[in-house]
Amino acid sequence: MPRALPYLLLLPATLFLGVFFLYPFLNVAWDSITRGGEMTLANYQRMASHWKFSTAFWNTLFLAALVVPIQLAMALTMASIVTRLEKGRSSILYIFAIPLGISDLAAGLIWLAIFEQSGFLNSMLYGLGVIERPILFLSYQNPVVILIAIVLAEVWRATAIMMVILVAGMGLIPKEYGEAAEVFGASRWQRFIRVTLPMLKPSLQTALILRVILAFEVFAVVMALGGTQFPVLMSETYNWQFVMQDRGVAAAYAMVILGISIAFTLVILRLLHVPKEARI
Amino acid sequence: MKRILTLTALMAAALPLIPAAAQAEALFWSTQAKPVEESQAMREQVLAGFAGGVDYQGMDNGPWLTRIQAELQAGNGSIAVLGGLHGDLTGLEDGLMDLSTIDTSGIGEAMLALGALGTDQQLYLPWMQATYLMAANREALQYLPAGADLNALTYDQLIAWAAAVHEATGTPRFGFPAGPQGLRHRFFQGFLLPAYTGSTVTEFRSADAVEAWGVFGDLWAHTTPASTNYSFMQEPLLTGDVWIAFDHVARLADAFNQRPDDFVAFPAPAGPKGRAYMPVLAGLAVMKTAPDAAQSMALVEYMLRPETQIATLRATNFFPVKAVDMPADMPASVQAFAPAIATMTGAADALPALLPMGLGDKGGQFSQIYTDTFEQIILAGRPVQDVLDAQAEVLRALMVEAGAPCWAPDAPSDGPCPVN
Repeated sequence: MPRALPYLLLLPATLFLGVFFLYPFLNVAWDSITRGGEMTLANYQRMASHWKFSTAFWNTLFLAALVVPIQLAMALTMASIVTRLEKGRSSILYIFAIPLGISDLAAGLIWLAIFEQSGFLNSMLYGLGVIERPILFLSYQNPVVILIAIVLAEVWRATAIMMVILVAGMGLIPKEYGEAAEVFGASRWQRFIRVTLPMLKPSLQTALILRVILAFEVFAVVMALGGTQFPVLMSETYNWQFVMQDRGVAAAYAMVILGISIAFTLVILRLLHVPKEARI
Repeated sequence: MKRILTLTALMAAALPLIPAAAQAEALFWSTQAKPVEESQAMREQVLAGFAGGVDYQGMDNGPWLTRIQAELQAGNGSIAVLGGLHGDLTGLEDGLMDLSTIDTSGIGEAMLALGALGTDQQLYLPWMQATYLMAANREALQYLPAGADLNALTYDQLIAWAAAVHEATGTPRFGFPAGPQGLRHRFFQGFLLPAYTGSTVTEFRSADAVEAWGVFGDLWAHTTPASTNYSFMQEPLLTGDVWIAFDHVARLADAFNQRPDDFVAFPAPAGPKGRAYMPVLAGLAVMKTAPDAAQSMALVEYMLRPETQIATLRATNFFPVKAVDMPADMPASVQAFAPAIATMTGAADALPALLPMGLGDKGGQFSQIYTDTFEQIILAGRPVQDVLDAQAEVLRALMVEAGAPCWAPDAPSDGPCPVN
């Protein structure tokens, strides 16, 4: 009995994953390669031939490439600050983590309230006398502004999740390494680059995988700020499923998102690989 | 002991309540009156008088259809009455009950005939109707081009007017609902293209269609770029950002109700082929899987009573399907829209272009073709003929896949509606 106990304890979670994740996933995969009951690649052809597909694909990758490095840099900075603090550590941690408690649609709406034609930014600029009439920031004519707004909202909303993981990771690094480096005359920057970062690899790996996958699934923030002006893979998936009611093509989009998520996860795993002997 | 007695007394008192609670509220599953205020008005002002109570649910088309299909597939369900546009209900023929036993006196024959959905049964009954109109701020009227009659505008005059307003105020003030939830596709399907080509589908890539998109491009030059964020034109009309607008009457009503003296409603403009407009007809249907057919029929009958029709008009700004005596205290929007609708539908050059039908669950993809065409030609500035040629292929494939014959104003077809 004791030997079987761990497996029994794992059973509910496994069942849950099987029923609510694996089974729907297999269904979606099946939907993407069938049309009218026949095996076919028509869904993928239809997806790839739609004029918005390549825009949505590159927008998604571009957004991730823009957002994730900014978030990584900010999360590392924030985590270092929090780790160094002697007093008020938990208060700062809580404040940094506030955006985590807000759903992504709500975050999108908050930033929409700022950038709208009648939003806070326009009211402020108007109140200060900088502009004569409200400016339309989020217009189809300024895709760059839409992109900046989305990047700001994403960075604001989702940096904390990386920070939390990195704070935990930094707490695990034994102080002796840093102290030894200090004795040998390493500067703060050198200690960060040569000691903290390499020791942090496992946490960086987790944080990056989580963030990159979430970045490929970006949806609500983009919908709130960009509407149909900034297509991403997820919004096109939604569009095909609910507006155009073509489940097969929506499933094909879902498989593309899955594909790039897996590809990038493998790349990150490989790049930040830590040999077993080198782990703490 | 005393406590037990009290309990028993309480239970005895509660007993008669149980049967009443067990009789379920009728579920009214609708694609109309979706906005929260409208749903609330449907519940409180329209349906409150129905014995037994009604659970009114206004849904987006996708989830609306998904549940219907699920209930039909399962062979039993809890939806009592369906509410939807003519186009929503086409495609559900096999799952709907015959409603010919319900009294339909006062409803026009032509409208009733649409409810047969091509069968010999009365599969849905007309529920309420609406259309799209133009609206303008009275401030804009002074810039109306000389010789133009507001009630008989042409597209060229509309462009000249929008240009004059643009020039005089320094900002483009024509407004168009091109936002994600806006009804932009209906303008192309029922107004612009039919007015220039006399067709919605068949002449999609004709020389006339190229001209129509050119005309819209001219109009777009005087259209506020914020239009791609607008879903309901009543809001920018009220803020004054937009002075001339096109939208569905239900999405213009607030402006007229809040500031009746500031706005005028007028018919859609005319093109070379006529004054094309799109009548919108919503219907009531009962699914074969309805839990209590008698209750469902009673609810449909209740919805058609004159007093319910007027309450529906107040709640949704959709007009009655039969002649009813309008009370004098109707909202300002109704008083403004009724004559404009009458002028438009009664115009000598009126050209009704129906909502798409026979497309079933392909309706969304059909509309997406027109939206895609707009986004590519107008927003992305691609060559008109190339875009039309490419989209015409998509349109043809879709019509073949759906097997949908042509609807007015396209000439009737035997097979799927052809795309030249």
